[in-house]
Amino acid sequence: MGDEKMTAQAIYTLWLRDLKWFIRAKARVISSIATPFLWLAIIGVGLSATFPKVQFSGSELSPLEFIAPGIVGMTLLFSSTMFGLSVIWDKQFGFMKEILVAPVSRIHIMLGKVFGGSTVSMLQGILILFAVGLVGIRPSSLVGLLQALAFMVLISLSFVSIGLAFASRINDPIAFPIVVNFLIMPLFFLSGTFYLIGSPGLPSWLGFLTRLNPLAYGVDGLRGAVLGTSHFPILLDFAVLAVFSLAMILLGGYLFRKISA
Amino acid sequence: MPAIVTNGLTRKFGDLVAVDHVNLEIEDGELFGLLGPNGAGKTTFIHMLSTILPPTEGTARVAGFDIRENSDAVRAAIGIVFQDPSLDNRLTGRENLDFHGRMYGMTKEQRNERIKKVLELVGLEDRADSLVETYSSGMRRRLEMARGLMHRPKILFLDEPTLGLDPQTRRSIWEYIQTLNKVENVTIILTTHYMEEADQLCDRVGIIDYGRIIALDDPEALKDELKGDIVSLKVQQPEKYIGVFQKSKFVGEVKVVEDLLHLRVSNGEKLAPKLMELIRKRGGRVQAVSLRRPTLEDVFIHYTGRAIREEEVKPAKVRARFWAMRR
Repeated sequence: MGDEKMTAQAIYTLWLRDLKWFIRAKARVISSIATPFLWLAIIGVGLSATFPKVQFSGSELSPLEFIAPGIVGMTLLFSSTMFGLSVIWDKQFGFMKEILVAPVSRIHIMLGKVFGGSTVSMLQGILILFAVGLVGIRPSSLVGLLQALAFMVLISLSFVSIGLAFASRINDPIAFPIVVNFLIMPLFFLSGTFYLIGSPGLPSWLGFLTRLNPLAYGVDGLRGAVLGTSHFPILLDFAVLAVFSLAMILLGGYLFRKISA
Repeated sequence: MPAIVTNGLTRKFGDLVAVDHVNLEIEDGELFGLLGPNGAGKTTFIHMLSTILPPTEGTARVAGFDIRENSDAVRAAIGIVFQDPSLDNRLTGRENLDFHGRMYGMTKEQRNERIKKVLELVGLEDRADSLVETYSSGMRRRLEMARGLMHRPKILFLDEPTLGLDPQTRRSIWEYIQTLNKVENVTIILTTHYMEEADQLCDRVGIIDYGRIIALDDPEALKDELKGDIVSLKVQQPEKYIGVFQKSKFVGEVKVVEDLLHLRVSNGEKLAPKLMELIRKRGGRVQAVSLRRPTLEDVFIHYTGRAIREEEVKPAKVRARFWAMRR
């Protein structure tokens, strides 16, 4: 077998294993989509019943419509970053040694995990996107749907890479979620899911921090794709997120080189 | 061509020298045992040869490839069974083997043919499609050995292959190891701290202590070096009698391990009563006596003055409990 074909097969093998794990862990599938579902069904519905419609870039949106794209983003953010836990379990149960001793370079192992994690994360994100679509919040065209999926892929790739970067340095499965939560909770709160980046009353420090948050461009892009209105031009959202995901894959790959079982 | 040649191979962890300038040659097709207590450097040695751990000094050629220069070629040429479990419990046995075959670049036909063959070698055909989490510990070990052979390696490393297994399972694993060595014609390097394992299984044994190979030969030759028999006397304060026996012309060597006095003599059956008499004369009382041909344990005591099992019991128990907790 040629080198390139062998590399492709190794990446595919790692991807396939993560997919098998996900499909076999039914409790994980259910619990991973339960939280975003509760956000939509309770917070979203509750807000919509309490507060008036929101003026957003020339459209009028119910609070549920306004937060729904952000909840899709949140689903991806959490499931992607937490995917790093699978690496830590592999270290705990010794399977990482089996992976690392194979004649496959670290960077390709990392890529296999990035694709595996992103696929698993996308499956969860698509389920939530579908749930949101059931109550009428859905892209009006096929282009909108494809745009939404593109943003979802970029969010997944970025945060799976970040999770793997952390996982390459942490060996404790209990410490990992604590450390990672420390990072992703602020990212979620600052993503603009619950407020308008362009709102005139928004304090400048909050607007500044939101603009620094790559996830905010993902949420804005998802709003543009699903609802047809966004704060930034959708191409800008896409460009920022594409650069960010590439940078995170490189960072993850760099840190993953020194992983030890 | 020898399977393995090491050249001043050394690994340090801070001040600790885990493997200390080892020069060793292992022939193609050999079943080689590395015998030593826990912490002697066996695992570090194997991890360097399998390119998991870089050496601090020196190098080695494995299957003709340098471990520093050509680690990918080394990894493709070897199989390894780690000391601790390394299976994916949520995949089936067959899926674990298939994963391995794919990672080593085997085609689907090669994998299917090979999976059938290695499952047969370790007697797991019937359970191949059960999840590994339902396997017994002996079955897991066998599956790991089968996996190590999947990609037809020239050399197979087994790090403490029977650690934590009951005696009956241990014996059956020995049989499988011998079969693999013969049927597959694969060079096997195993580490162990069980005397009988090295003695009964291996063509050649290297005894390792504090990172150095202190004796190297086939088990019979190692034992023959200690001519005669070993008479062990259980007495209180055995140190008191060292001088007495050292002066005696019948006794070749005197070693004290815990409350036992090990005496190497040329004709144990005849001499044992005389030796006991010597102790009685000095007011001592022999509580137990045993007479045996030298074992590898005695060889180890001969070179180091300690018994291997002194250090064996505690860490092994702790590890077993640790794993039980995590399950």
